[in-house]
This record gives sequence, C-alpha cells and structure tokens, in this order.
Amino acid sequence: MNLAYAVLWGLLATVAMTMVLRASQGFGWSRLSIPLLVGTFVTGQRDRAVVWGYLLYAIGGWLFAFVYFLLFDSVGIHTWWFGALAGLVHGVFLLVSVLPLLPFIHPRMASEYHGVTAERQLEPPGFMAVNYGYGTPLTTLAAQTVYGAVLGAFAQLAN
Amino acid sequence: MLETDFITDSGSARLIDLMPIDDGGRSLRPMREVLRAIEGMAGTVEIELRLDVRPDYARRNLRPRRRGRLGWTCLWGDEVLVVHTDIALQREGDALVGTVTLGAGERRYLSLAYTKGDPAVLPPLGRHAEERIADTIAWWRDWTGRCQYTGPYRDEVVRSAVTLKLLTYTLSGAIVAAPTTSLPEAIGKGRNWDYRYCWLRDAGLTTEALLATGYREEALSFLGWMLHATRLSWPELQVMYDVFGRTRLDEKELTHLAGYAASRPVRIGNDAYRQRQLDIYGEVVTAACAALAGNGRLDRESAHMLTGLGDVVCRQWYESDCSIWEVRGPLRHYTFSKVMCWAALDGLLKLHDDGALVLPTAKVELFGRERAAIEQAIEQRGFNAALGSYTSVLDGDKVDASLLLMACIGYKDAGDPRMRSTYDLIHQRLGRDGLLNRYERFDGIAGVEGAFGICGFWAIDNLAKRGDLDAAERRFRHMLSFANDLGLYAEEIDIASGAALGNFPQAFTHVGLINAAVAIERARA
Repeated sequence: MNLAYAVLWGLLATVAMTMVLRASQGFGWSRLSIPLLVGTFVTGQRDRAVVWGYLLYAIGGWLFAFVYFLLFDSVGIHTWWFGALAGLVHGVFLLVSVLPLLPFIHPRMASEYHGVTAERQLEPPGFMAVNYGYGTPLTTLAAQTVYGAVLGAFAQLAN
Repeated sequence: MLETDFITDSGSARLIDLMPIDDGGRSLRPMREVLRAIEGMAGTVEIELRLDVRPDYARRNLRPRRRGRLGWTCLWGDEVLVVHTDIALQREGDALVGTVTLGAGERRYLSLAYTKGDPAVLPPLGRHAEERIADTIAWWRDWTGRCQYTGPYRDEVVRSAVTLKLLTYTLSGAIVAAPTTSLPEAIGKGRNWDYRYCWLRDAGLTTEALLATGYREEALSFLGWMLHATRLSWPELQVMYDVFGRTRLDEKELTHLAGYAASRPVRIGNDAYRQRQLDIYGEVVTAACAALAGNGRLDRESAHMLTGLGDVVCRQWYESDCSIWEVRGPLRHYTFSKVMCWAALDGLLKLHDDGALVLPTAKVELFGRERAAIEQAIEQRGFNAALGSYTSVLDGDKVDASLLLMACIGYKDAGDPRMRSTYDLIHQRLGRDGLLNRYERFDGIAGVEGAFGICGFWAIDNLAKRGDLDAAERRFRHMLSFANDLGLYAEEIDIASGAALGNFPQAFTHVGLINAAVAIERARA
C-alpha cells in the first residue's frame, strides 16, 4: 500500500465523515458536534474550541485510518463493504461505550451524578448520544459507515 | 433587567428577570438564557413555579425529561430547553411545578437555557448566577453610559435606545419592528399582525435615532444588515425581510389559538411583504446617507448597490403603491411615497456632492432631472390649494400623518407655510386628545384602530423644527404620559383609555420618541 495514497485517503474519509456529521446538524437531525466536544477538551472558549476541535478531529480521523488499514490487512479483506461494516461496528462502539463515558473524562462536561459546576457545563451525550437528539444514533452510524466505506474502497483499489 | 416586587399579607419578595449577556464565545455560557432570581425581602412568601413548555406555537406537547442533577430538559427536533433551578420541581401532566417558601434574604434561581443545533450548555446557579447578573448589569451600564443625548428627557431616551437594542438580532444587526405577533390593534377584531420582521420603512428614522444618541456601531450594523439582506431582491427592494434576510414571509392563521382578549386570528408571517412601497428606496438611501456622512468614499459594492436603487426610483416613482401604511386595497399615488423617492435621489446626489459616491455625469443629470420632476408633481398635485394642505394622494382631498415626515426628512422646512397649514389640517382631521390617528380613510379592515404613537412624535418633531419649543415640550410630556410603567410603547394608543394597542414594544414608536427628543434639544441649542 502506497503510504502517500493512504494518507490522502485517510484525509478524504475524514472529510466525508465530517460532512455527514455537519449535514446532520445543518438539517436538524442531531445536535452532536464532535468538534465542539473535542475542542472543549483543550479550551473553555467556545469560538476557539470549535477551531481546535476541527483540527484535532481531522488529525484523529486521519491517524485512525491506519488502524482500519491494519484491520483490512489482518483479516485479508480489502473491500468497501467490509470497510463500511467496520465503520458501523466502530460507530456502535462509540455510541454505547465512548460517548457515555465522556462525562467522566471530559474536563468541561457535566454529569447527571455530579451536576453542573463552573468548569463542567457541557451537556453529556447519554446512552447512544440521544441527549443530542433522537436522530443522533443514526447519523453517527451513517458517518462512521461512510468513513469505513471510503477507506475500504481505497484498500480495494490499492489491492 | 426587570425587577418586580410582590407584596403579600405575609411578606414581600423581589423577582429579577434578565437575559444574561453573551460574552461573544469567550466562555461556554449559553448563547440564549433567561435567568430569574427570586429573593425574599420581608416576612415569608410562598412562591409557586409552573413551567409548561409548548413550542411551535403550542402545536407540540412536550413531556419534560428529568436529568438528575442537570435539571430537566425539553427536547424537540434539534432544539433543547434546559430547565435548571434550585427549587424542587415535579411533573404535573406535561408541566413542571414547584413550590418554595422564602424568608427574608433567601434567594432561589431559575435558568432556562435554549440551544439549537449544538450540545446544550448548562449554566450553574448560586454565585455563578450572581456573576452573570453582575456582568449583565455592568454591560448595560456601560452601554447606556455611552448615550450622547444629554437633554432633560435622558431617562426616556435611554429607555428607548435600550428597547431598540433589545429588538436587535445580535448575529445580523437586524432590528425587528416588535418581538410579538397578533397583539390586537382593535380588541376582538381582525387587526392582528406579525411584527417580528424588519421593515425597510423604518430604516432611515431608526438609523437617525441611533446616530443621534451616539450608537454608531449599532447604526452601521443595521445598515450592513440592510445592504446585505436586500441583495437577494436588488435592485428592487422588498418591504420587509426576516432577521436572516429571508424574503418569503407567507402569512398563516393559527386557528387553534384564541388570541389576546379573544382577538382572532393569530397570524404568523406577514403578507405585506408582497406589497409595493416606493417609499422604502428613500428610507434605505437616507439611512446610508446618515450613517456614512463624513466618512469618506463608499466601498464599490455599496456604491453600486445604492446607485441601482436610484435607477429603480427613476423608473418607478410615477407608479402607484401601497404607501408607508401598507393599505391592503387598490394601489394609489401616495404623496409621501413620492416624497421618499425624491429623498432617495436627493440623498444620492448629496453623497455625490460630498465625494462619498462617484456618479457618472449622465447619472447625475438623470437623478437631478427626475428629482425635479418628482418635486414638481408633489407641489402641483400633492398640494391641494383649496385645503391649503398637502394631501395623502396626488389630486386628493384627504390627509394622513406621514405628511408630517416631509419636514422631518428635510423635504420641506417645518416653518414653510405649506407645512404649517398641512400640520394644522392633520390635527384638525386626525387629532384627538393630543394624539394622532394615522389616516382618515377607511382601510377595509374591521375595527377602529387607535392613535399612532409615532405620528404624535412626528408632530413634536415638526413643532421643534419650526421653533415652537413650548408647544413641542408640552406635547412631548403629554406623549410620555402614555408609556407604561416601564416606559414602553406599543404601536398604537387607545384614545379613550390610553391603553397600549398592537404589538409591543414597538421599535418605530421608540424611534419617534428619540428623534423628537433630539429635535427639541437641537432646537433649544
């Protein structure tokens, strides 16, 4: 696999995933803003948090692409649909495990147990992130599936 | 901020309502929050709290969700309302209810934070709420302290400027006519309209009021919104836009709502946006002239845009329209519409003379020629020699209060014999108890409307500009007596009772108050 191309496709997959998530917000299907959640790890200033969030999120998505490539190589399946399936599983994992855990690790997120403080004011996502709207599980899964499918498609072309 | 004292048999309590000032993204504070603090002042007072959230004009029923120590949330679509309070709440049907007994010095807080499209921010209470209250007070003190009006009516002028600021959509600079819909102009009749939009009609006078009180930033912001919003329909202008600059504002009736004092229908949207009003070209150009006076040359885009408006005026000034009063009937040749067409061309030529706008020679000649033609039409056909007055329509015999603006905008000197006699006839036909109706014509809509607040202030402006200071001040104080206990005005005033009628508070009336107070002060100087 060509490293430069892998870097390019990792970026493309991240862009595609971000577009799905932003479109979901824009169309009013979900209030989930991963850039805001990520950015507020770094700063408590809303305007800067969004910028930081996009930057860190893009870098994270880019790097995570290599985990997917590793997965494709390890099982020997290099197809778009396997990438989509991996993305879907990844999305489920995010929704049921990672996002509900955020209040315990995010420095600016409130929790239903500890309440609101001067530092912790962000609304927690809750199970399956439904606190951010009932459409959030579907839009998150769609975004992750697109991400995996783009990476799988690249792996398919490269092999 | 609003403080309300409640006095009961057992004691008294003070309620503070405010919308905390957003700090422009420098923290995670909610962008939209209503914060209430209730404090026992003496004895004990039992406070009942009831919150029944009915979004989408009460077309949705919401069941609040308990969120542990985060309070309660009401979620619909991509919108969420977070209810956070230190008063214990419980559900009663779809409502949240709670009761607390407060002794002297005890304080409780209620925060309603609204978020659309993003994860919500949950504002903390206690001392953090106090910080938001203190920050908001400091912000408003600073803002009102910048008011440059120093005359005897400073409190009233500041109150009006604050009202205009509160009617401004911060993100765009647009100023809505009023924050309400369908508060009736005649109780129990159909004169109920949606005023939550921005009328270009108000532009010139609003800009003038903001500039006269020293709020240049707000004036430029409003002008910027106006020039931006009107790009969608340029070079033609639409009567009104929403705060985002959207042009489709279709009117609908909400038949499930009874309306204020059983005044149906309740309307959302406003079909006046389809009307043709030729006066708005003059309003926009006048606003631009006022805001840009003495500030060098216009940028290329603004210059191109304003010149385009002049071209439209040249093509259309002799056509009929619905007038500043948005009469829903046959189009007519309203004199005031012609006056504002004159004002548009006059303003552009002044900008050219000042070097702010460079017009080609042919354009200068065209604008000058058409300005003269408009003036000739106004003076020959808009003035009825038999009545000794300008008239509402060309070749007409009725008057309307917009003719008073001929002096306010500088078309005619307020002391000119024609203006004086017009002033007198307007008062003879439209005046009652020191107030003015806007016109004498039946407009085809059921119910008798009240006197128009702003028309009373235009009359004061005329008096001040022609040097009748005593009369102007006497009349101004009389107008002040119709404000409510907070110094606020609706669009209209019921002549019999003095009660406010129509949407509330009304930006245009407060604009009139400011401009009249400034006119008195300038005449005194």
